Order: sequence, then C-alpha cells, then structure tokens
Amino acid sequence: MIGPGLLRGLKITLINFFRFPATIQYPNRRVWLPELSRYNSLTPLKLFLETPKSAILSLFGMAEIPMKIPQSPRFRGNEFAWFEDRCTGCASCAKYCPLGIIEIVTSPGSTDIQEGENYSIDVFDIDIGRCMFCGLCVEACPYDALHMGTSFERSTTVRNKLVINKDNLNNSDKKPSSWYRPQFEEREFNPFDSEIEDHYEAGRHEKPEKRTMKDRWVDRNN
Amino acid sequence: MPSTQPVTVNLGPQHPSTHGVFRMRVTFDGEEIVDVEPVFGYLHRGSEKLAEERTYTQVLTLTDRMDYVSSMLNNQSYILAVEKLANVEPSPRGVWLRMIASELQRIASHLVATGFLIQDLGALGTPLIYSMRQREYILDLFEMLCGARITNSYLRPGGVYMDAPEEFWPALDKVLLDVPHAFDELEELLSANEIIKSRTIGVSILSPESMVNASITGPMLRAGGVDWDLRHRNPYDFYDQINFHRPLHNSSDNFARFWVRIQEARESVKIIRQCIDKIEPGPVRPSFDEVPRLLRPPPGDVYSAIEGSKGELGFYLVSDGGIAPYRCHVRASSLINLTLLREMLIGELFNDLFVSFGSIDLNMGEVDR
Amino acid sequence: MDMIVENNIFRFIYCNLVNTNESCSDFGNFLGILPLGFEWLAFLISGFLLCFIYINGILGAVILSIWGERRLYGRFQNRSGPNRWGPMGVFTSTADAIKVMFKEDVVPVDADKFLFNLAPVLMVFPVFMVFSVIPVGIGTFVVDLNVGLLFILAVTSLSGLAVVIASWASGNRISIFSGLRAVAVLISYEIPMALSLVGVLMLSGTLSLNGIVEAQKIPFILLQPLGFVVFFLASLAEINRTPFDLTEAESELGAGYLNDYSSMKFGIFFLAEFAATIGASAVIATVFLAGWKGPEILPSHIWFGIKLILVLGLIVWVRMSWPRMRIDQILHLAWKGLFELTLINIIVTTIMISIKPDPSVNEMWIMAIINWVICIFSLIIVSKFLNRSVKDNFSNLKNTTPYPVGTEKIKSSFINKKEMVN
Repeated sequence: MIGPGLLRGLKITLINFFRFPATIQYPNRRVWLPELSRYNSLTPLKLFLETPKSAILSLFGMAEIPMKIPQSPRFRGNEFAWFEDRCTGCASCAKYCPLGIIEIVTSPGSTDIQEGENYSIDVFDIDIGRCMFCGLCVEACPYDALHMGTSFERSTTVRNKLVINKDNLNNSDKKPSSWYRPQFEEREFNPFDSEIEDHYEAGRHEKPEKRTMKDRWVDRNN
Repeated sequence: MPSTQPVTVNLGPQHPSTHGVFRMRVTFDGEEIVDVEPVFGYLHRGSEKLAEERTYTQVLTLTDRMDYVSSMLNNQSYILAVEKLANVEPSPRGVWLRMIASELQRIASHLVATGFLIQDLGALGTPLIYSMRQREYILDLFEMLCGARITNSYLRPGGVYMDAPEEFWPALDKVLLDVPHAFDELEELLSANEIIKSRTIGVSILSPESMVNASITGPMLRAGGVDWDLRHRNPYDFYDQINFHRPLHNSSDNFARFWVRIQEARESVKIIRQCIDKIEPGPVRPSFDEVPRLLRPPPGDVYSAIEGSKGELGFYLVSDGGIAPYRCHVRASSLINLTLLREMLIGELFNDLFVSFGSIDLNMGEVDR
Repeated sequence: MDMIVENNIFRFIYCNLVNTNESCSDFGNFLGILPLGFEWLAFLISGFLLCFIYINGILGAVILSIWGERRLYGRFQNRSGPNRWGPMGVFTSTADAIKVMFKEDVVPVDADKFLFNLAPVLMVFPVFMVFSVIPVGIGTFVVDLNVGLLFILAVTSLSGLAVVIASWASGNRISIFSGLRAVAVLISYEIPMALSLVGVLMLSGTLSLNGIVEAQKIPFILLQPLGFVVFFLASLAEINRTPFDLTEAESELGAGYLNDYSSMKFGIFFLAEFAATIGASAVIATVFLAGWKGPEILPSHIWFGIKLILVLGLIVWVRMSWPRMRIDQILHLAWKGLFELTLINIIVTTIMISIKPDPSVNEMWIMAIINWVICIFSLIIVSKFLNRSVKDNFSNLKNTTPYPVGTEKIKSSFINKKEMVN
C-alpha cells in the first residue's frame, strides 16, 4: 500500500500549504505593523504617536483592522428598508408572506396630496425572528415601498426586539438591496456605501417635477 | 472455548458522521456488520402538509429547505411541476438561466458529496475543506443571482424571478475555469491514493437488478452501469438541445459512486458552457398578465421529475382549482436511495459503515422533509 | 558517580549545593549551601529538580506543539489557523487548558470508577518516562540508561494498557470497540517497531541513546532507510496518528475511548497523546537523525529542536494528507509488509557489517547508497504484493455494454413480477 499515490497526495497538500489562506477573518483581521500603517495611510512613526496602543500591538501581529465580507447588492438581508411615503397600506406583502409575519393596521389617512398615499399606517410590524428572508414580500409590493435590507448583524438577546415596528423601520438605515428592484441595478446603486434619502429615488420611475405633481393630482389636468 | 455474542450499538442521531440526524441500530459480530436497522424522522418538518396551506409561489420557499445542499434543483423540480399543472409557457431566457443555476448547484452538491467521502474515510477534513472552498465560489454566484447562498428561491413559474446581473457572466467564466482544477485536485487525492482505492473498491457492491428493483436512481444507479439519466431519457427544460456525456461505471462499489459523481460534475461544466452559448436576450419570465402571481391551476394532478444531484427528484401536485395545492408529494431521492442500506452494509466492516452510508449521498433534510 | 560527570544539568545543581567533591573540582565555589556529609541530600534535591525541569519542559513543549500543529493544520487546509490569543495565537492552547480544568467532571453511572480514574494516570506516566532517556543536548538528559532503547520499547507498550482500561471502565460499547482495536494494533506494531531498531543496534553497538547519537558519524537515516520507514510507520501506529488512528476514528467512534471522559481527565489524555507524539518524534530524531549532533554553528540543543520539529512536521503533513486505513489492512500491513521489510533490513545490515566490521565515513557512504537501492527495490516489491487486491477497473469500462434500460426491456426481463404482486 506504500505507493506513488500517497506521495501525490502529499504533493497536493504541500502545494496548498503555500497558498494564501482562502478564508476571511471576520469581523476583524489581525495585522502586523506594515499593513496597519498602510491601512491607516500613516507612516509607522506617526502611527506610534497617534495610536500608540494599536501600534505596539501590531509589533506582535495583534492589531486589529475591521474586515467586511464581500456582498452582492442583491443580498437579501435584515433591516428592511421601508418608505412610509410610498406605502399605501395595501398589505400585499402581508398576504404574500409564506409565514404571515407582517402585520399591518391602517386607517383612512389625511388628504395630503402625495403620490400613492391614501391610508395612514398605524402599525407595520415584521417579526424578524421568524422571517426566512425569501423576499416574496418585496416581490409583492406594487409601489416599491418595502425593500430587503443588506445587513446581517442584528442579533439581540431579547426576543421582543426581534419584532421590528413602524418606528424602527422609519429610523433604520435606508440601504435597500436590489432584490427585485431592477431600477437600482440600472442606476448601479451600491447599498454598502450609499443610502437612499428620498423616497422618490426608490421608485421605478424618474422623480417627477413638483409642477407635474400639482398638475396631475391637484388640478386634475390629466 | 469462550462463547461470543453479537453486540448491538446505537449510532446516532447525534453522531459526527451520520450526515444529519440519522440513527442506525447496528449489530456487530466483532468488527463485521451483521444487521442494520435505520431509524429516521428526527428532522421531520411536515413540508408536504405545510404546502397545502400555501400558494404555489410560497411553496417554493419550502422546497429550498428540503435538500439544503441542492436547493436550486429542488426549486427546478417544483417549478416544472407547477408549470405543467398550470400550463405555463416558460420564457426561453429564464429556462436557460435556471439550467445554468441548477447545473452549478449539481457541481456544488457533488463537491460536498466527494469531500465528505474523504472525511468519512478519516482524512481529517483537508479534502473536505478544499471542496468546500470551491463550493463557496459557486455560492457566491448564487448570491449574485438571487441574494441568497443556500435558500435560493430563485425560480418562478415561467422562468426565473430576475435576470442575471452583468457581473455574473465574467464571474461564472472564472468559476467554470476553476472547477475542473478543483476536481483534478480532488481526484489526485481520491482516485490516485492507494489507501482510498483499497478501502473503497469492492466494498458495498449492489447489483444493477436489485437497484432497479429498489427504484434507486442517480449517480448510485449509474455507478452500476445503468444508463438512466432523466436529462437524457426524459428531457425537461432545454436539455434536448444539449449534448452531454453520461459517465457510467460498472463495478457499483463505493469507488464507482464517487468516480461517477466527479465525472458528472465535469460534464456539468460542459453543459453550462453550452447554455452560455445558446442563451439569448429577452424576458426571463412571462408578464404577470400571462402568469399571475396568484396561480389558480385547473383541477387535476401532475407528476414531474428531474435528475437531481442525488437521483430522480419528483413532485406530485394535485390541484382542486384553488390557490394552494390540494396535495403535494415529493419523491425524495435520498429517502428512496436508502432502501438498500441494509444490503449494502451487511458483511462489511465497521470502518466502511459510514463510507458506504456516505456514498449514498443522502441529505436528512430531504429524507425526513 | 558517572552520572554526575556526564549530566550537565544535574552537575550544575549538585555542584552548587556541595562544593567539596572531586567531580566538581572544575566548578569552584558557588553557593555551598549544604555542609559536608550531606551529599546524599544534595543528590536527592538535584535529582528532584532535574525531573521537575524536564516534566515542565515537556508540558510547555506539549502546549506549544498543540498550537504549532493547529497552525500547520490551518496552513495545509488553506486557512489561517488560531490567531486570536496572543501573537499568532500562541496562547490558544493555554486558554484551552484553563478551560478544560474548569469544566464539570462527569463520571458515567455505568463506569467502573476506580479504573475510570486510574486510566489517565496510566496513560500519562509512560509517556513522561520515555523522555527520561532521550538526550536533548550534550549532557542534557535525566538518565543515560545502558538499555535505553529497550526501555523505550517496554514503556510505550504500557499506554496500550491505559487505552484498554479507559475503554473498558467507561461502560460504553463504542469505547470498547476502540479498546479492542488498540490492542490489535499495538500488539502487531510492537514487533516491526522493535525489529526495525535491530539494524541501528548493530551499527552502533549500544542500546544507550547517548551512545547511539555519538555512534552516528553520518545520520542513520542514510544507512538505515528501511529501518526509518518501518519505525516511522510503526510509531505512527503506536501514537494513534493517521493513517492508523483507528482507536480514535472520529468519523466512526466519535472520540473512541475518550467518549465519556470530561474535564481534566480528558485534558490529561489529550496531553499524553501529544506528549507521545513529541516523544516518538524525539526518538526518531535521536535514533535516525543523529539527535543533537550537527555542525557547531548552533548549540546542540537547537540542533535537536530543529530535527524534532522536522519530524513533527512530517507527522502533521502525513496526518493532513492520508485517510485512515481499515483494520484488516492495518494488520496486513504490519504482518505482511513491515515485518518482512525489517527482516530484509536486518539481513542486509548483517552482511554489510560482517564484510566491514568497522567502516570509515567514506565506506559508510557507499553502504548508504547500497542500502537506499535495496530500500526502494524492496518497498516496490512489498507494495506491489500488498496492492494485489486493489485493482483499477477502468480498463474494462469501455468494453462493457451498459445495463439494458428502456421501458419494455425493464418490464420483461428485470422486474420480478412475483415481488411486485407481493
């Protein structure tokens, strides 16, 4: 049984021994001094003056720099991006959800003239603890109000916090994933370093002029 | 003369190499296996029953979780059944895309199977990690396509949910260049190594007759020299427009099963290349006027099967005209391939127990559903 | 008092304690704590301190080697390995050791409590005894036994007993499998292991390890390649490393005889295992790689350390690359392969020594070349003999007709209709 095949096996592992590690050190990467100074774009001397602790640690290869996992913009993740101004409260998402974890309560809202606003939304709860991130709710939304998020570090120690309510959704970072949102891909929107501030940008069309809005909705010209 | 007696040992459900929560009551005479009694159902989630209360699109998310190392293939099988039931005419580009995705998934699944073989043989994870490393690159492609790595839910009745992004195609080319090298490396570790050869050749032999009678399918059957591949015998999607070779082996032992898997994954690369050549721009799914989100197929029943990574993966759907299937049954290849486990194992040694078990390449998520 | 003269550490401590002794004449007056007539006390204290230093050195080496092995595993598996605790993760195994100490100590209900507690002790002490005869540098050893090699062979067999006791006392069927396998493997591999050293003994003419090191004008791996291969494989089997790790076959038996051990008892087993690995590497480095001998650029201890690490690296490399063998194949390899190889080695060495009883260095090189040729030749023959059962069946792949498939054919010829009715 001692034979050349065993030696070939040894050869393969030896080749892999000299390869660069395929793994990513998440969330922090341990680095030595040269890499730390390159990361901070400072000379080593300045590094010792400005951040002495991490500079000394880096002499032993123990300094830490944050490391991100490369993600695709279509990543279906946590922290849904929801635009209240776009949501009509039609509850398509709640109907389409396989697990029924979205709860919506609406009441007849103001007569404020905005695109697609008819009902005011009193409750919009998503039970993230049971969500499986299939993205069907996003696919169902006819007004592009609900988007998948792109983050994934949202663990908590309290179960109650896993239910995202309307305030949380309103205050969360608007970093929507481009899952089922081709308009983001056409615009090459990158959710990892930019944010959507205006709810008009999230839609499938150009942002209308205020005058056309007035024409269309107030004066009923068209 | 001391008297001897067989020993019954309970292996699993918490055991490092039962590939999930599988349990075996094994009777040993010394190191030799005398009797095997498989016990399963520890991962039963009632997917088939749950499907009766979900619309046709929502059931898709359940199929992801059946065989969680080849969810694309599960999706494909289910979607084909729905299309047949609701008479949906799929869009060509969507079909090509889902063929690419499912062949990628087949490569990933075979990588896992091959890696775990060598793990079961006791190589402390090195080949497993090499194969998992390659699988990660394929999962990266899935993330580009649909935003998820394992529970994809990528396919929809009539095609796929969304066209592939532009950066997908160069990344796909790169992966297709890498995959044969990865398999070269695995084969160097697997089929050249004398220890592996002497441990797998001639172990757990099944006759083709018994396999056909037990309705075993997939690479296990082809390792016994039976040329039965649904992609060739009953071409679904556009497999009739594609030339591919069906690797066959005739010894039907553990080695043959894994040899067939490796060759099949190499063939998948060629299939994907042909798909890339033939794909043309166009819509990836019919418009919602033709295929609404809420499908109401006419009453009737349908059975549709594809060649999954583990064998014939079929869905039997009954419609009563409503929005949810009246009955959904899955022909899970992992479960049916388990039929001959006892015949495979009796007479072998304890060392080969988990190797033979792993050579079935079963997935407990699919066995128990 | 030979021991005092040769053993440097012992002599240093002893001569510091007493200053009026003829064996300490070159030392001068250092401390001179003990008065005259208390040499026996000095002897006792220095012996105790020597053992203390040695055992703690071994423990430190084990902790370091666990870390080093895990780093190496990481590199072989294309990942980075432990890197969080301390520089490059060097404190990882220290943290593990602390964690193991504070874990709950569970004794199963069915266990034989006395034997269950005895087994870790039995496992660990032969391992430390192995180190006592190994010279780590010039004049650095606990004791220079004139039957050193025999002592090592005798003591290492004891660890098998510990494995059997542990597996039996756990009251667990899976553990008993492990114990029975350990007996089969250990007994089989004792013989090739002992016989592979016969050639070395013939060349060096002594059983003392220090003597063997001094007898190596060129390393014995060049003169005894067959002996090295057999001894390496046999010691892999003795220390339960891949490809012979049947006792702890992770994918079959979980952890084998360790299944029911927890807390520091498990820790002691773990420590003993790694210490045994270091011990085996140390023996190989001493017997076949000329131990502490080397060019005088570096001190002798460092030469020994380098050789030790090389052998350890080889063991890790093998562990990462090869899968486990089946039990019948392991026993076949011992009795049908390694045993014959050792006999060939003994015959060849005997003939060479009878032709040239006292060879010079140049003649040794010629002997080495002849030995290598014979080694490769006999390895090929034996491996072919062992490989007979393994046949590639690719050759007849193209000629075979595939199994007839098609709806009609299956129905008519291959489905047993009686079975279908039943």
